[in-house]
Parts: sequence; structure tokens; C-alpha cells
Amino acid sequence: MAAPDGWKPKILGIVCNWCSYAGADLAGSARTQYPPDIRIVRLMCTGRVDPLFIMKAFMDGADGVLVSGCHFGDCHYLEGNYKAAKRMFLLKSVLKDLGIEDKRLRMTFVSASEGAKWAKVVEDVVKTINTLGPSPIAAFSK
Amino acid sequence: MAEAKGKAKAKETKEARETKETKAPAASPAAPQKARIGVFVCHCGTNIAGSIDVKGVVEYAKTLPDVAYAEDYQYVCSTPGQKIIEKAIKEKKLTGTVVAACSPRLHEPTFRRATAEGGLNPFRFEMANIREQNAWVHMHDKESATDKAKDAVRIAVAKAALLQDLTPKSVTVEKTALVVGAGIAGMQAALDLANAGIKTYLVEKLPTIGGRMSQLDKTFPTLDCSQCILTPKMVDVGRAPNINLMTYTEVDAVEGFIGNFDVTLRKKARGVLSTDEAEAKGIVGGGCNGCGDCEPVCPVIKPNPFEMGMKPRKAIYIYHPQVVPLLYTVDFDTCIKCGLCVTACGEKKAIDLEMKDELVKLKVGTVVLALGYDIFPVEKKREWGYQQFENVVTSLEFERLICASGPTGGHLIRPSDGQTPKRVAFVLCAGSRDNTGIGKPYCSRFCCMYSLKHAHQIIEKIPGVIPYIMYMDIRSFGKMYEEFYYRIQDEGAKFIRGRVANILEDKATKNLHVYAEDTMLNRPIDLEVDMVVLAAAVQPASDTDRTRKLFGVSCSQDGWLLEAHPKLNPCGTTTAGVFVAGVCQGPKDIPDTVAQAEGAASAASIPIHIGKVELEPYFAQCIEEKCAGCGMCVNLCPYSALSLVEKEGGKKVMQVTEAKCKGCGTCGGFCPGGAIWMQHFATPQVVAQIDAFLTGGAK
Repeated sequence: MAAPDGWKPKILGIVCNWCSYAGADLAGSARTQYPPDIRIVRLMCTGRVDPLFIMKAFMDGADGVLVSGCHFGDCHYLEGNYKAAKRMFLLKSVLKDLGIEDKRLRMTFVSASEGAKWAKVVEDVVKTINTLGPSPIAAFSK
Repeated sequence: MAEAKGKAKAKETKEARETKETKAPAASPAAPQKARIGVFVCHCGTNIAGSIDVKGVVEYAKTLPDVAYAEDYQYVCSTPGQKIIEKAIKEKKLTGTVVAACSPRLHEPTFRRATAEGGLNPFRFEMANIREQNAWVHMHDKESATDKAKDAVRIAVAKAALLQDLTPKSVTVEKTALVVGAGIAGMQAALDLANAGIKTYLVEKLPTIGGRMSQLDKTFPTLDCSQCILTPKMVDVGRAPNINLMTYTEVDAVEGFIGNFDVTLRKKARGVLSTDEAEAKGIVGGGCNGCGDCEPVCPVIKPNPFEMGMKPRKAIYIYHPQVVPLLYTVDFDTCIKCGLCVTACGEKKAIDLEMKDELVKLKVGTVVLALGYDIFPVEKKREWGYQQFENVVTSLEFERLICASGPTGGHLIRPSDGQTPKRVAFVLCAGSRDNTGIGKPYCSRFCCMYSLKHAHQIIEKIPGVIPYIMYMDIRSFGKMYEEFYYRIQDEGAKFIRGRVANILEDKATKNLHVYAEDTMLNRPIDLEVDMVVLAAAVQPASDTDRTRKLFGVSCSQDGWLLEAHPKLNPCGTTTAGVFVAGVCQGPKDIPDTVAQAEGAASAASIPIHIGKVELEPYFAQCIEEKCAGCGMCVNLCPYSALSLVEKEGGKKVMQVTEAKCKGCGTCGGFCPGGAIWMQHFATPQVVAQIDAFLTGGAK
């Protein structure tokens, strides 16, 4: 779908407190600039991410959702990120079945020391969503 | 003890039940009274106000549902800023507060306190990060940054309106500490903790304490003999009544949290009994006294790692002559179990070749990690010829060669022919400050200084010798370091500024040709020398990654342990109660290492002296009327905090043991019935944030 003029993507970022949120803070301290099209909800661990949160975001009209946690083996709670990754993998196939491009959901792993990587991830996600254009659900709900 | 514990547990379970009965999370989270939220937007000087229209954000906040008051202030974290929050809570009868400012990782505790001072429960506070994750990353787009700040405030208000009163859980702190690694950092930390009256377990993977420092000859810039200043500390550690020293031991498993870490140690089979262990086994007057009768009879000869492989070692050995504790060790990887040592040991019966690893369990309140470092395998930089040419050595090999207790008795010789070198090139940044992907991008911080010291040592020992220092920059940043640099210049060392491109060997003489560009004279050079010393980079010790994961400590991009904050909490880590000291946190010299170790020991002693810590009450709770008793969550919990219990009428429901729950929410993210209420991150609270972002707006 072609993006209408002046359209700005609405992207939800759900990040864990220990790695990705801290990585995003580090990008800030380092003044690494990245696109402003993401809004962050902080949870303690990506293991907390109920797939329904993501479905709710898409139903509400989100154009993309980024879930970001610790690297495998680095989870503050041992294995929450493994469980989240598994759930996101399954959720992607559900999204596809519903006619939502699965690229609209992305899971990444950004550690507390990877400020530059966080900026890169957001840049990538924004780029992907800009290419895909508005979410089919957003258009449907209007 | 066990009975007391049992009672405590019973009490906890009872409390948990009572908690559930009295303030069971309602299926509908609607707050009893209408929410009245106060919003406080911080300018942070120009940090925020420079990129965000702060006044605009305040005006926008006033239009939001549930917002009863909104104001901006230059520095909300200042005392007057906090007073504004307290005053507004009282005067405007607020039910919750939102501060839009920096990261909650920085000031959440500050504003929680201010909220509590105003008379609200501190958990009725939510923070909107408009600095680190907004103003600082969108510095040239004020309009978008302001829009983003408005959204962040809206999201935070939506959550604040649904927040509930919570009480932090207070747990008692075990009055013992664990220090992992007994190099100079770990020894200093253990001594400080022990001297502060705390029972301290000091665990070291090698058979002796002392670490890397015991391999060094002299220390810069004072030229103190390393062993001379180290051994008194080693002896102190060995004698300190409050230190329980466990050498040849590794950490095997860690459970629990600050105040109550359950640590399992693997005491590796040493093959030798100490006098105490022998006595415990009823061998009167037996056990190893370090006499050394066993060593000469051992037929196995292997390279000695303490001497960087330049001296032989038997399969039964002491690590070096000044070991603490003075105990022999059997290297079971090379021992052929011929039993000659057992015969030589005789009546002392100290040697047991059938000894097995032993697991020891400890309970400690806090932990200091002092895991040390390894030398970068500089042979990976093939252009410098290490391990290809005999006369190219690393600086740690040089330390052993120049040390009086080393393999050559302190006479520096060329490995190829045993001759005394007259021209020695010291190649700095050998693997450090290397962006090729082979070496390390960081500065190893102490190589400049020890190379200057090496130059001094050869000038002192070998008449007519010329040391060439091949450098990029000389980083002599410490106290009296610059003065030491001038001294070495005056003593006649030659300084050539240029990174060494290539080293080749003259096959006939085994001399080396060092090729570089002299960037001072702007010309290429071909320098013939007798010997090359590579100041190799340092890297995290081989087991750092394994050990840090056991304690849940994060690492920096280059593998060093990540401090909680580089400036404000340099000894803390992402795991409460676990602290770092020494090079494992990043390259540093001995003075800095000892200083950090004292800092880490001090930090680790605080919770122990206070005797209790408060844990954030982000526990899972079961909404019993929604729970189907499927038990899926029980298996998901990484801490075994959940169990199924049978209620009256036979209904099974999940029950949370709060003492074990760490609040990750993995159960809450899965529960198909939505029956798990994650305190402070409950589903309705998170959904309200999502809704506020995507569909929310002005009243």
C-alpha cells in the first residue's frame, strides 16, 4: 500500500528494562540520532510480553511493533527472552494468516552497552514500516 | 536453624495467603476513586528544553483525561523541584504523579521519594523518558520531538491512572560475602570486607592466590618489586580469621538474589590434603606441609604456565615459590598415577590420587567479582611473527625473563641462542587500539607504562643496550607517570612514533627487522634488533563469560563486565548485590584496581551492615476467579516460584511464593486466562499504555 502524503508511521516499541531500555538510554547519552517514529513501553522482561499486547496494538492501528530484549544467554531473568522469541515467532505466522505483513512485527536483541545498535534497529524498523506503508488494519478501522 | 527456616517459610506462605485475601487484585482494575494525576515536565536546563517545547507539552498534558494538574520546572530533580511535586499532591489532591524528564534508570527513586513525601504511595509514580530517549536523540527536529514527548506523557498518564499502592518487600541480608577471584583486586576486596567484620569467602580457580601481579617483576612508576609488595597481602589473606580461603575452586551455580545468594562451588580435586583436611580424616600429624619431597620423584614434565611455558613443571607442583596456601597440587590432566609421589610423601599421607571434585554450598549476602584478565593471543597478528620467530616474545614472557625468580634468574637472554640482546624493540599497542577486527578496539591502558619500565630495566641490567619504543601515543596519565616517561627518555631509550607494519627474521642471525613508518620524520624505517617484545593487549579472562552469566551480570561490547553506571555506580552491576573490581570491568593498572576493589568492598558491605534490603514488589499475583488451574505457568517460571494449590471445593489455583518471585512476568505473558496480575506491570496497565499511544488523546 502506498503511503499517503504526510503519513507518519506509528510504531510501538516494547522493551525490557535491563538490556534494550538501557541500550536506548545509552544511545541518548551518546547523542546518537535516529528517527522519532517510535514510542516505548517499558516492561521488566520481554518474557512479560503477552502476544495479545501486540494484537491489541495492531487492532488500535499500530503500523509496526518492535519487541527488544537481552541477547540470548544474557537475560536478567535467565530465559525470558527465549520464551518471548518463541512467542513472537508463532505470532508472526498468525499475523500472516490475518493478512498483516509479518515484517510489521520484529524482535531484536540489544544489550545495555549497544546504544549504536539500538539507533540502527529503530532506523531499520522505521525504514521497513515506511516501505510497507500504513497497516491494513489501520485503514480497515477507518 | 532448619526449623527456624521452616517456620519462616510457613509464615511467608501464610502472609502470602493473607495478602491475597485482603488485597486480592480485582478482575477489573478500576481505581476506587477517580484518578487525579499531576504532570511535571522538566526542562533539564537546555538538555530537554533545547529540543522540546516544554511549555507546549505542559499545555497538552492539561487537556488529557485524568490530569488534574500540570507544571514545568527547570530541574524537577532539584530540592525545589521535588517540593513542587509534594505541594501539588497535597493541594490538588492528586492520586498519582508523572514526571517527564530523564530516564527512570536515573531518577525514578528520586521522584518516588518525592511522591511519598507528598503523602502518596511511592508506586503511584510513573516516569516519561523525554531526555535519553527523546530530546537527546532528536536534537534537530523540535516538532517531532515535542509530539513524541506529548505521546510519552499521555502513555505515562494512562498508566499512572491505574497504578496501585504497593509495599516493597524487605528481606534480611546474610552476614557473609563472597569474592570471586583472588588476584590483587579480589584479595584487597576480601581483606577490606573481612576487616569490616564480615565473614568472607574468597574463591580462586588457581591453586594459589596472587593473580597476575605475582608474575610481574617490578611495578611502575615506583619500581617496587611486585612480589615484595604483594606477598605481605597474600600472607594477610591467608591469616585473616574472617576470610575463608578456597583455592582451586570455581563457582558452579548461583541462585537467589541480593541478601540471600545460594552459591554452589566446585572444589576441584587437588589430589593433596591440607593439614586440616588430613586431621579431619584422622591422619594424625599428616597432610601437606609443602616439604616438596613429592616433586623430584614425579616423572611427568610439562611446561609451567606461571613461567609462560619457559620452565618445566611436574604433574605434582606448587604454582610458584610464594604460594598461599603452601600446598602441592596434582595436575590430573597430566598425572599418570604411578604413585611415586605417594611413596615419597610417606607417613604424611597427604596425597590422594583418587580424589574427586567436591561441591560446596554457601549462602552469602553480597558478591564481589574480581575475575581478572588474559593476554590477547597476539599470534593472531601474523605480521609481527609471534610464535613464528623465536626472538619475538610477549611482555608477560619478558616479565618472567627479567625477574630474578624467573627461568633465567633475571638474566635477559634471546630465546634463540641464549645471548644477551643489545638492541630490543618494544612494540606498543600489540593488539590494542586495533580496528582491523583481529585485535581489540580499546586501549589496554597499562602497556605504555610497563614498556617504559621494561626499557628502564634493561638499561639498568645490560650496559650499552638500546631499547627502542615503537609507539602510537605514550599514555602516561597517572600520578607521577609523566615524570617516569621523562626519566626513561633521559636514560637513553629511543622513541619511534609509528605503528609496526611488519617484522621479519634474518634466518642466519635470528635477528629481527622491524618495519614501520617513523611518523615524526615522515619516512619508512627498517630497524634491525636482537629481540622484539610485544606489549600484547589484554582481554577478559577465559571463564569471565560463564561466570558473569551465573550471576546475571551484563557485559560491555568487548566482553568486560558492565558496571551499573560508568560514573555514578562504577562498582555496581545490573544484578543488585553483585559488585565488580579490577580489570574484569575494564583494563586498569594496579593502583586503579586496588582503589576499585576497596570501593567494591565498601559497596558490598553496606547491605550487610544495614542487615536488610528492600526489593521492588513487582511480584506475580493470581486472580483466583480467573485461574483455571492449568499449571502452565508453574513450568514456565525460571525460579520455581509458582505452584498449584487446592482450594476448598477441590478447585486448583496457582499460588505465588513471593520470596522466590523476581517479577519477570514470564508467567503473566503466557497465562491463557489472563489470571496473572503482574504488580506494577499488570495487563490493564500495559494495555492502557498501548491504547493511550494509539487511540488516546485530549478529553
